[in-house]
Amino acid sequence: MKEKSYVEDINRSIYDIKDEEKDAYRIEEGLTKEIVEKLSSEKNDPEWMKEFRLKALETYNKLGVPDWGPSIEGLDMEHIVTYVRPNTKMQGSWDEVPQDIKDTFDRLGIPQAERKSLAGVGAQYDSELVYHNVRDDVAKQGVVYTDMESALTGEYADMVKEHFMKLVTPADHKFAALHGAVWSGGSFVYVPKGVQVEIPLQSYFRLNAKGAGQFEHTLIIVDEGASLHFIEGCSAPKYNVANLHAGCVELFVKKNAKLRYSTIENWSKNMYNLNTKRVIVDEGGTIEWVSGSFGSHVSYLYPMSVLKGDNSKMEFTGVTFAANGQNLDTGAKVVHIGKNTSSYMNTRSISKGGGISTFRSSVVVKKSAKHSKSAVSCQSLMLDSESRSDTIPAMDIRTKDAAIGHEAKIGSISDDAVFYLMSRGMSEEDARALIVSGFADNVSKELPLEYAVEMNNLIRLEMVGTVG
Amino acid sequence: MSLLEVKDLYVNVEENEILKGINLEVGNDETHVLMGPNGTGKSTLGYAITGNPNYTVTSGKIMFDGEDITEMSVNERAKKGIFLSFQNPLEVPGVTLSAFIRSALEQKTGKRMRLFEYKKRLSETMKLLSMDESYADRDLNVGFSGGEKKKAEILQMLMLEPKLAILDETDSGLDVDAVKTVSNGIRIYKEQCKGSLLIITHSTRILESLKVDATHVMESGVIVRDGDASLINEINENGFEDIAKV
Repeated sequence: MKEKSYVEDINRSIYDIKDEEKDAYRIEEGLTKEIVEKLSSEKNDPEWMKEFRLKALETYNKLGVPDWGPSIEGLDMEHIVTYVRPNTKMQGSWDEVPQDIKDTFDRLGIPQAERKSLAGVGAQYDSELVYHNVRDDVAKQGVVYTDMESALTGEYADMVKEHFMKLVTPADHKFAALHGAVWSGGSFVYVPKGVQVEIPLQSYFRLNAKGAGQFEHTLIIVDEGASLHFIEGCSAPKYNVANLHAGCVELFVKKNAKLRYSTIENWSKNMYNLNTKRVIVDEGGTIEWVSGSFGSHVSYLYPMSVLKGDNSKMEFTGVTFAANGQNLDTGAKVVHIGKNTSSYMNTRSISKGGGISTFRSSVVVKKSAKHSKSAVSCQSLMLDSESRSDTIPAMDIRTKDAAIGHEAKIGSISDDAVFYLMSRGMSEEDARALIVSGFADNVSKELPLEYAVEMNNLIRLEMVGTVG
Repeated sequence: MSLLEVKDLYVNVEENEILKGINLEVGNDETHVLMGPNGTGKSTLGYAITGNPNYTVTSGKIMFDGEDITEMSVNERAKKGIFLSFQNPLEVPGVTLSAFIRSALEQKTGKRMRLFEYKKRLSETMKLLSMDESYADRDLNVGFSGGEKKKAEILQMLMLEPKLAILDETDSGLDVDAVKTVSNGIRIYKEQCKGSLLIITHSTRILESLKVDATHVMESGVIVRDGDASLINEINENGFEDIAKV
């Protein structure tokens, strides 16, 4: 056991390097009306936003914590710092980002990825974005990609006000209310009608401050006939105290538009990841979720798709890897409202070293959703007998002419496959890592190459030290 | 000195004793054929030499290239030059045939290979085996037909150039053309690598273009008869019955 944690620590090093905390402003711990007011004035919110925050705080105080999922007892809101502003203004040029922050992102490969294969990049450090840039040719197409703060007061202020927390309201659940009260940072994207953004946009979230929370808000509107691929990545160094991530993602896919939303999440294992993501899809529109969940101590994550328009579609492809000390409760929800709507969930969950992985799916087909189709497929791989894997499907079908399918499979790594790979000279560790990567290839095949490589590296890191 | 020396080998699978005192010597550049009825332990011997951990050596030892490998791990044996062509090659999603062979080669030599040179060699070798080049970029054995799986095994053998190749019923389930292609591959291995072969087979078709140095017949976990190439014809005519009595 000793050796195992030793190896893991060394290998996680690029994610685990803690920067000295040189933040310019750090609000006091906890959550009171005074703190929210102070945060709002620090951020120069418009008046409506200040009121929104205070109302959300009231809602937060009324709602209880969820009683149906993994325990979040270790999360003490009295000691979470909700706002930490890094010691820099947001920069449009990488050279101007402070050296220590730049080094952190360099280690994580963020600007390199931009040079190679991205149309735009945003990088958030603690509570604020430190860097934001869009390629000229993409900006010329009219694509807006900016930080939420600028969006609140800029040219698209009305559009932001019209959509902000309308899809996920603060009343949704306690952590949505918390988000409404203390949100900071995140991105706003608008793709105008008919514009196809050929290469992805990316946001990367890094939480460096100890005992802090990150509450970024992502709002994306893909207008009629347009298409976009948006990627988000996240990581944090490990501390002994709890960190909290309660972000919120609201996506609007208009008529015949298409959005792919990819996430590689690698929070440190002291993180409570209580994130809410939701999309509403108009007629003929398509949402594709690609999701890799590797980090955090506890996760509650169920991206929800509302298929409002006729002939709208959703596909959810996910993998969750729960290792020692992790309780990852993930899944997806879909609500079929329009006619001929279709949904497909294809997920894999892996558990190891006593990790708990729970897959929840919820399929709701309303009476109006005639001739809708839904298929859910979940495969689980347990790497040892002390780990746990659960599948909890829920279905509520209100029309007779819907086609609904569900399958779940559970298994372990085949000794024969390990022997086969080893008989060609591969070490047992490599062989097992390869088989696990192969199991998760539903997701890696959907990711751009750099991200697929990063994901397989994360799997490799988890598999190091599992043998012997 | 022999390349492979199996000395009084006893092997258990779970609680069952499958091999009961096997003695076998294979010299450098020799071709040996191992025959015998089903369920007599031929594949078990192949697995035991390769080091499958589910096959426990309870007594005896295996020497390879002058070294006792009885306790050695599967991958270390592979790096020393032992290769097993599987009777039922496994499907492994997530790695392409090409990437898999390249990584195996790099494991063996400890050197990075130049991609261009590697691709060239792989493509030439695939041509020798009449394999469509698109298989190189497909996931290892996933969705391959039985014949393509066997060809992929021979491809790996030709690329990895082992000192000893154990072919476990590589010819079973193949049509006439595929048998020809596979036995052509085996002949090329002999010519190019001067390696040794231990061929487990029920039929003689695969042996036609090969010079066989020795034949062994197994029954109930022991070798009951050793002979030269002529023993194959004898078995073809009379079957395995009474073979031990001669």
